[in-house]
Amino acid sequence: MSAATARLLDPARAGRAMVGVLAIMLFLTLLAVAAGIGAGRGAAALGARLSERATVQLTDAAPAARAAAAARALAALRSSPTVTRARAVPRGELAELVAPWLGSAADDPDLPMPELIDLELAPGDEALATVRSVLRRVAPGAVIDSHGAAVAPLARLLRIASALAAAIAALMVAASAAVVVLAARAGLEAHRATIAVMHGLGATDMQVAGLFQRRVARDAASAALVATAAAAMTAALLVRPLAADIGANGDTVALGAQGWGVLAAMPFLFVGFAALVARRTVTRALARTL
Amino acid sequence: MRRREVVSGRVAGIVQFENVGLRYGQGEEVLRDVTFALAPGEFYFLTGASGAGKTSLLSLLYLAQRPSRGIIRLFGEDVVTVPRKRLPGFRRRIGVVYQDFRLVPHLSVADNVALPLRIAGADESDVAEAVREMLAWVGLSHRAAASPETLSGGEQQRVAIARAVAGRPELLLADEPTGNVDEAMADRLMQLFASLNGLGTTVVVSTHDPQLLRQVKAAQLMRLADGRLLDPTGALRFPPARVSMA
Repeated sequence: MSAATARLLDPARAGRAMVGVLAIMLFLTLLAVAAGIGAGRGAAALGARLSERATVQLTDAAPAARAAAAARALAALRSSPTVTRARAVPRGELAELVAPWLGSAADDPDLPMPELIDLELAPGDEALATVRSVLRRVAPGAVIDSHGAAVAPLARLLRIASALAAAIAALMVAASAAVVVLAARAGLEAHRATIAVMHGLGATDMQVAGLFQRRVARDAASAALVATAAAAMTAALLVRPLAADIGANGDTVALGAQGWGVLAAMPFLFVGFAALVARRTVTRALARTL
Repeated sequence: MRRREVVSGRVAGIVQFENVGLRYGQGEEVLRDVTFALAPGEFYFLTGASGAGKTSLLSLLYLAQRPSRGIIRLFGEDVVTVPRKRLPGFRRRIGVVYQDFRLVPHLSVADNVALPLRIAGADESDVAEAVREMLAWVGLSHRAAASPETLSGGEQQRVAIARAVAGRPELLLADEPTGNVDEAMADRLMQLFASLNGLGTTVVVSTHDPQLLRQVKAAQLMRLADGRLLDPTGALRFPPARVSMA
């Protein structure tokens, strides 16, 4: 049918309310997806960055033995292929670390402090095991602190938040589909007489469904425009300052090119999805008539 | 020029009903054992008292419902068992004029008339030309842009007729087309039907107005009574062989 027949559905009965509801649905979906992507990427970044860091602590009571063990450990670790960088933490840095608790006493040269070795490891789970094996051989009393283990609960929390956001987004999509189904059914009821005339004149179900599909697509496009603008403003107002506040860890809330790509595609997918749902609703309803 | 269609000494019917019955829900049959054949290019009046089943019979003819029993053939094909998706193709070959017009109120007169052509996928240039021609034929060229709600009953019925014939149907069905118009307009509408029939379209006009029956001399009468088609001579069951020029 030509574009002229698009007027067959009475424009006076257009669903302004549906545009508003769909806009809210899409806006919330965009936020949920953005939060999900951000949290997921944050969890991945935390896990990746910190699982590749570890600290070795040598706590022998005798300073000379402690220093000798630290030297042996440092040499052995530097020659290990799974360690990309090993650095002995200077006593000055250790003093700064404990200064908040000990005050000027932290600078006392007689204050017993452990020897620390800061490690950067090659990617992979076996790196830490290799370090343990090396230290067991050269410095059996050494204690290894994996940074990844320390932040594991936070990473797990972020992963749960990401999964929850995905679930919320899925529910919002389902709710949007329900809104479109209800709107399409209401539209069928409102235009029952016109549809009967069209069928009488030989219109196919696809032709009738096409009218509703176009109308819903138009309404969904309007909703997408509003929702995308609102989501962009929200991102500008909330996410960017938040990322700036986090500073060095700002990338944990950043969405990355792929994330922004997904968000940019969502309004278009939303319009297509709504049109498809409307078409399917109408054709299924018409199939029950002659 | 169309060819003559003669089968065993009879005209192959454009419509054939065999023992057709129709009931709504679990109620009694409103049409019983209806058997007839309509010859191409003929003019028929369908008469009967209110409640005799005229509208039900027409609704079967324009495929608004399927019969409870029996066989209906349109244009040589059984439309009772035909898949639903093929029905639009049959409907496009049938024009229907309803007693209550059934114009789309938010479309202009021209767009209402153009509707069957657009549904059939005609080019917009062809649509415009055909609509002009149809509106001139029914004498409403000057109301092309008007809304149906601003027209009189007679004008609305003429728009409905223009819409029904815009797609050049082979079969035109009119359900009490003069029910809502005055006598002069009724005469004019019947002239339109007769002129269309003169071009080869089979016309069935449902009416309970005896005055109307005198308007078309060569018309055949189909009389319904209590859901049964009265056919004492068998002329409706076996229409005589005639040349069909369509």
